Amino acid sequence: MAYDKFTVLTSTAVPLPTENVDTDQIIPARFLKATEREGFGDNLFRDWRYDVEGNPKKDFVLNDPTYSGKILVAGKNFGSGSSREHAVWAIYDYGFRCVVSSFFADIFKNNCLNIGVLPVTVSPEFADKLLDAITENPATEIEVSIPAQTITLLSTGETESFDINAYKKDNMQNGFDDIDYLLSMESEIDEFEKTR
Amino acid sequence: MEKTTLFDKIWDAHVVRSVPSGPDVFFIDKHFIHEVTSPVAFLNLEKRGVSVKYPHRTIATPDHNVPTVDQDQTIKDKLSRMQVERLRENCRKYGIELHDLGSAHHGIVHVIGPELGITQPGMTIVCGDSHTSTHGAFGAIAFGIGTSEVEMVLATQCIMQSKPKKMRITVDGELGAGVTSKDIILYIISKISAAGATGYFVEYAGTAIQSLSMEARMTICNMSIEMGARGGLIAPDETTFEYLKGKQYAPKGEDWDKAVAEWSQLKTDEGAVFDKEYHFDAADIEPMITYGTNPGMGIKVLGNIPTTEGMEGSNKTSYLKSLEYMGFAPGEPVKGKKVDYVFVGSCTNGRIEDIRAVAGFVKGHKKADNITAWIVPGSKEVEKMAQEEGLVKILEEAGFELRQPGCSACLAMNDDKIPAGKYAVSTSNRNFEGRQGPGARTMLASPLTVAAVAVTGKITDPREVFVES
Repeated sequence: MAYDKFTVLTSTAVPLPTENVDTDQIIPARFLKATEREGFGDNLFRDWRYDVEGNPKKDFVLNDPTYSGKILVAGKNFGSGSSREHAVWAIYDYGFRCVVSSFFADIFKNNCLNIGVLPVTVSPEFADKLLDAITENPATEIEVSIPAQTITLLSTGETESFDINAYKKDNMQNGFDDIDYLLSMESEIDEFEKTR
Repeated sequence: MEKTTLFDKIWDAHVVRSVPSGPDVFFIDKHFIHEVTSPVAFLNLEKRGVSVKYPHRTIATPDHNVPTVDQDQTIKDKLSRMQVERLRENCRKYGIELHDLGSAHHGIVHVIGPELGITQPGMTIVCGDSHTSTHGAFGAIAFGIGTSEVEMVLATQCIMQSKPKKMRITVDGELGAGVTSKDIILYIISKISAAGATGYFVEYAGTAIQSLSMEARMTICNMSIEMGARGGLIAPDETTFEYLKGKQYAPKGEDWDKAVAEWSQLKTDEGAVFDKEYHFDAADIEPMITYGTNPGMGIKVLGNIPTTEGMEGSNKTSYLKSLEYMGFAPGEPVKGKKVDYVFVGSCTNGRIEDIRAVAGFVKGHKKADNITAWIVPGSKEVEKMAQEEGLVKILEEAGFELRQPGCSACLAMNDDKIPAGKYAVSTSNRNFEGRQGPGARTMLASPLTVAAVAVTGKITDPREVFVES
């Protein structure tokens, strides 16, 4: 599915410094039962967000009205485990468009790029800086620019550049996806298939 | 000539086109689908008005969310039933081979692929499931993909992938008694961490790996993802060919000889360079168990949970949060801890060899009173063999409850859930918070360790219970 174009995003952010957040935490398996893509945001971080009776847990950041925004700043090794794309659907459906971490799991990162959520890998120092700044002042804004490939803490002007390959960069800015590209080279794939 | 790795050889042979400053257009030989990660892919295909390009390259089975009792009846859970019915409809509509619930070759997708001989050396194999890495045991490049990529494969038989870096993990030497391939992989992950191989594709090599059966190799490749690797593979050899020979989808007659000749070429050239290498000695490996909430948090069964010495900041906070979830304290031993459930099954250890191992060990014993013991065969074929070999009888006499094939309590999408706060020692692959049910506390171990726990009711080193006489 083609998705929303993404160029420059300026937003407040939600801090989640926990390390090794796996996709079972992002969306537990028992919520993978829908056959459509929408509605997963309600169960994002379900078991950290709600107790067994379904009451919000006060100490979890998504239940803290102090923090909001389209950017999630996460701890190291975010998105490990299961390949379920539902994890990214949940993040997107909740309202995030960008996840920042010093380290992402591979499949999660690919899944993000495939549906138009931008994974931004920063240095551990810059990640700490962002987390500290947001925690200290939740109104802190962060600017993420795909054309410039930079992430900037607007309160101090501190900035860091991030990697994204030229192909994906172009896709994100134009809202194209891989299938558009693959379908455009159908005959080349057909020729190849005959050799396999 | 340039020295190349096994991984390079297979990868390069499947690149249709390299996008400048971008990923490779990567051709997929075989695509497995199941009921949970495929429905949205089919839905999106329809929205685009695109059909399935090469239906014969996709094979389907429902496994993640199927009940493991009364499989001959209508599925009670409405959403689960809907997913399975959607899979049936999609397979019918596009002419995709389906191994449906109750049929002779139904089972966990990563168990039936090899069993049918669909998985073969030199292939590229994907599935919307991270444990697709299992198929790497045959010398294939196999890895998990997201649903958008499932859609790409259905529509074009290709995905866009940047080539990962290469890692080789060599394990030489002989394994001690009571030590299995599950212990090898839990040991490796405990050494290099749950993220230690992120960005890499792993080749497992060395005499200890070569000495393993195909089943045991699959256990190792299966858990590659648990150290962050996209996948892991092992060069095919006589053991591989012996396993595949005569399998339903394996080449026959002259084609077989030709295939074996080709497959025999699939190995890393001497002198080929990896981006990272690790060496381990099999003699250092003992029965392993996890104590925390990621597969990297493993120790030997006779070991102590690490203290927080040297940890600080979010690293320490995350570690303590994990131990709090498990109800454990830093520095304490795990041996002797009381356990409530054991689970034998999953794409990691739900094959016939695993069931043989458990049955062989518990024969003549009874499970402890405090233990609920579930055994879930990986496939109908495994179930059938277990019955024919008399293993089911042994296990039932020991107090194990035999269920029908499926992913079951490994991810607890169906009713097979471990209750909150309870301890389960499982042969599966993930000990994440809530993985086996909300609040469930999972400890991963080998089938032998699980057998020892079942009999004693507490964390036990299998070597201490089943002393060979």
